[in-house]
Amino acid sequence: MYGEETVRRLAETILAASEADQTEVVFVGTSASLTRFANNTIHQHVAETGGEVTVRAVLGKRIGIASGNRLDADGVREIAARAVAIARLQPEDPTFVSLPAPMAWERAHSYCQATAQATPVRRAEGVATIVRRAQERGFQAFGHFSTETSELAVFSSLGTATYHAGTVAEISTVAMSDSGSGYASAVSTDVTVLDPEAIAARAVDLCARNVDQAMLPPGEYEVLLEPPAVAELLDFMAGDGFNGLAFEEQRSFMNGRLGERLLSPKVSIWDDGHDRRGLPLPFDFEGVPKRRTVFIDRGVAKEVAHDSATAARAGTLSTGHALPPPNTFGPVPVNLFMANGDARSREEMVREIERGVWVTRFWYVNLLHPLSLTLTGMTRDGTFLIEHGEVKSAVHNLRFTQSVVEALGDVRALSTDLALQRSWLGATLVPAVHLGRFTFTGATKE
Amino acid sequence: MGGHILPFWPCWRPDRGRRSTTLDTTRVCDNPRVMATPLAKDIIERALNVAALKGAAYADVRVVERRTETVVVKNGRVEALSLTHHAGLGVRVLLDGSWGFASNADLSVVAAEEAAAQAVAIARASALVKTRNVELAPAPVVRDVYRTPIRQDPFAVPLERKIELLLAADAGMRRVQGIEVAQSSIDLYRELKTFGSSEGSFIEQELVETGCGIEATAVREGEVQRRSYPNSVGRHTATAGWELVEEFDLPGNAERVASEAVELLSAPPCPSGVRTVILDATQVALQVHESCGHAVELDRVLGAEASFAGTSFLTPERLGRYRYGSPVVNITADATIPGGLGTFGYDDEGVPAQRTPLVREGIFVGYLTSRDTAAELRDRLRALGNPAGIDLDRLASNGTARADGWNRIPLIRMTNINLEPGPWALADLIADTDDGLYMETNKSWSIDDRRLSFQFGTEWCREIKGGKLGRVYKNATYAGNTPQFWAGCDAVCREWRIWGTPNCGKGQPMQVAHVGHGAAAARFRDVQVGLMR
Repeated sequence: MYGEETVRRLAETILAASEADQTEVVFVGTSASLTRFANNTIHQHVAETGGEVTVRAVLGKRIGIASGNRLDADGVREIAARAVAIARLQPEDPTFVSLPAPMAWERAHSYCQATAQATPVRRAEGVATIVRRAQERGFQAFGHFSTETSELAVFSSLGTATYHAGTVAEISTVAMSDSGSGYASAVSTDVTVLDPEAIAARAVDLCARNVDQAMLPPGEYEVLLEPPAVAELLDFMAGDGFNGLAFEEQRSFMNGRLGERLLSPKVSIWDDGHDRRGLPLPFDFEGVPKRRTVFIDRGVAKEVAHDSATAARAGTLSTGHALPPPNTFGPVPVNLFMANGDARSREEMVREIERGVWVTRFWYVNLLHPLSLTLTGMTRDGTFLIEHGEVKSAVHNLRFTQSVVEALGDVRALSTDLALQRSWLGATLVPAVHLGRFTFTGATKE
Repeated sequence: MGGHILPFWPCWRPDRGRRSTTLDTTRVCDNPRVMATPLAKDIIERALNVAALKGAAYADVRVVERRTETVVVKNGRVEALSLTHHAGLGVRVLLDGSWGFASNADLSVVAAEEAAAQAVAIARASALVKTRNVELAPAPVVRDVYRTPIRQDPFAVPLERKIELLLAADAGMRRVQGIEVAQSSIDLYRELKTFGSSEGSFIEQELVETGCGIEATAVREGEVQRRSYPNSVGRHTATAGWELVEEFDLPGNAERVASEAVELLSAPPCPSGVRTVILDATQVALQVHESCGHAVELDRVLGAEASFAGTSFLTPERLGRYRYGSPVVNITADATIPGGLGTFGYDDEGVPAQRTPLVREGIFVGYLTSRDTAAELRDRLRALGNPAGIDLDRLASNGTARADGWNRIPLIRMTNINLEPGPWALADLIADTDDGLYMETNKSWSIDDRRLSFQFGTEWCREIKGGKLGRVYKNATYAGNTPQFWAGCDAVCREWRIWGTPNCGKGQPMQVAHVGHGAAAARFRDVQVGLMR
């Protein structure tokens, strides 16, 4: 780890050297290791260490961005000079107002010493546990066990001075037999709370039940979505709907609906960088502090995410959801939460389903149309048919084509338990969800 | 969070690319003006030394320096103007039959030696969980230099000129009423890498890529439609210089692209049913990528990606025997074609770029391989009784192992995976089609984890009736299963080029590969279309 003092000195060197009217320094430090296994063997095992600096230099209303990972004094000065040089070369952006003013912020708790110090042998032993469990049933185990430490710091000539260090440990596994497969995963800031034995047991049990798959005809079904599948839908809602740039460009399902009931009243979705049940992050990539931001409140569309650029154009304030520069994707929430419900067990949820599909996770989901958030993707690693309140059989993997807005308009039940899923840049905490209508348009067959 | 977020997204001369053609002999680099700095050589030597002293059976070291330049113009303003420069070293070792890898952004011999020691410790930990020892198929020892052949250094073109060009394209798109968002971009990439192995290989490469593109988004109440040029995902990319940007003339195509986006707003939705479909070359390229390119990655086939990207239905007993498509379908992996985005001199195991048939007259005949997967395939085929009678002793890597930067291990990645051209002119093929749909420019893509069940969407679709292009449809989608789909391919056109896919994701931690697909338009019968309600 570089440490707060080293990073501060580095940022101050850059700010002192910069000739820009406004200068921002984003530092990201990484010390990450990942143990990967397939066919009951550790087949890839990697580690990386490094840091990177990105400088935004503002001259009037012209912005240049340069980044690099040569972090000695000469190296960072060169990055700053490069950013200023290219800022000079472009026309002004009339919509640019300013880099964010400094704001009071609170530190977040996401650093765990045990995770930071986890060794290759420790991860290998965790993998060995998973493999043993799979081998007992004659299955093959696949997956990964990663531990990483990250540092994020944002400093600016306006006075922003923020620093955060966090750790993430994650295990995911797929158990496979000749007939089927089962998936389980867990993620936490603290490696000691990850239980390879329990994770393996879930994947192995699912694999054991995923046999003699029937072929289900296309059509509309009730679905029981496990947290990995729910999180996937939420991540698309975040990137393509809660994203303030999508809203500005009129391609969000939130357009024209703020203040209106959009989804079932059982659905509440918000972002909170300080909630310790997730992977806390106290500020965004412009150093703007994160606060609890509610996107959907009991089905009603409330607000969208902003960074300083979209906020300026919308005449409002940043909500603290800026991504790393240069960001042409827009502001995206990365600490998502969905409200849980009353269903105390999966058995209770299954009993309520007349004819439906129980989905462990989705795969290769892609956007078909943004305004209805119509997505397509496949199920995988444990898909089952429920009939008259009982699990009837495993089924071959199905392709879905479904508007998420429509689907979340008919929520029958939410589980009490919540599970954390890693997302592109953060993590999403969600319940299992029983939906009344979900359209499957095909199945895997050879 | 952290380094996984920010993608790691050196000295150039207008030479023709140089590439060694010898495969079986050691050849000393005959270009006196080598690119590798003394530091890179030192780093490699010292890291290999530490690995050897600690008992590694094999080791390789890469020193990689990468520069990028990104210019994005959106709605009349410069949305992003960014230059990046990253470098680092990575050491891979094989010890006790297991792999270890460690990497560091600190380009110093001290960091190199530490990385080597760390890689060894990691390999020892890996050996705690194994069911077989990794074996490497033999590879030639090579000492050589390769440079992407380009005409005009794209990094040397003044930034002002690039901004001016994109602003002109932007203005062209926004002249059309109904355009909400106009986006234009240029992306440049230069990678300087030095590879050294414990077997004596030492290879320096300089790869250059240029990409450009425009996207027009039209919005009207309740509807959003987009048109892109020259390809989707914002751009077309190739191992080429500035000449690529001039060839594609973004300003000259801007108004047409924007007009088509607006036209889509009031177009009826693509009808549902089972139809004959002609896909344009860019969509064929992506179809090949998803349903063939990934399916023949041997590491996937052997299970290396099963928990993440998935496996493949092209299992080893099918090699040389399985009907993948109709007899007009011929697919080849070729990393040697100038300009292809998947073109290079040597892969990141030091194996020369080469050409491998994957599908011949519809029969599946080849995989993309690396040194360890080639050895494993040999054992698997032997255990199966070698049903296709392949010469197992000659099974070797065909040079497709590439790493996305200094901090990643080489994985099998597509090179240029090409559908070989056919005899048809596109105009004649349309004239030959009585009733069908013509689909152009990818919009969405999805396929299952075995590469069988897929669904694609395209931006643009036109009815074909009586051999003529007719009305425009929006939200076109088509779906199928890979072997049935390719069995229905009855014609391939001859207007062929290599299209770039610069965003192919694979691996944990994630790696993004730049790959190419040579393709021309092609016709497919009995395709399910119109999947969106």
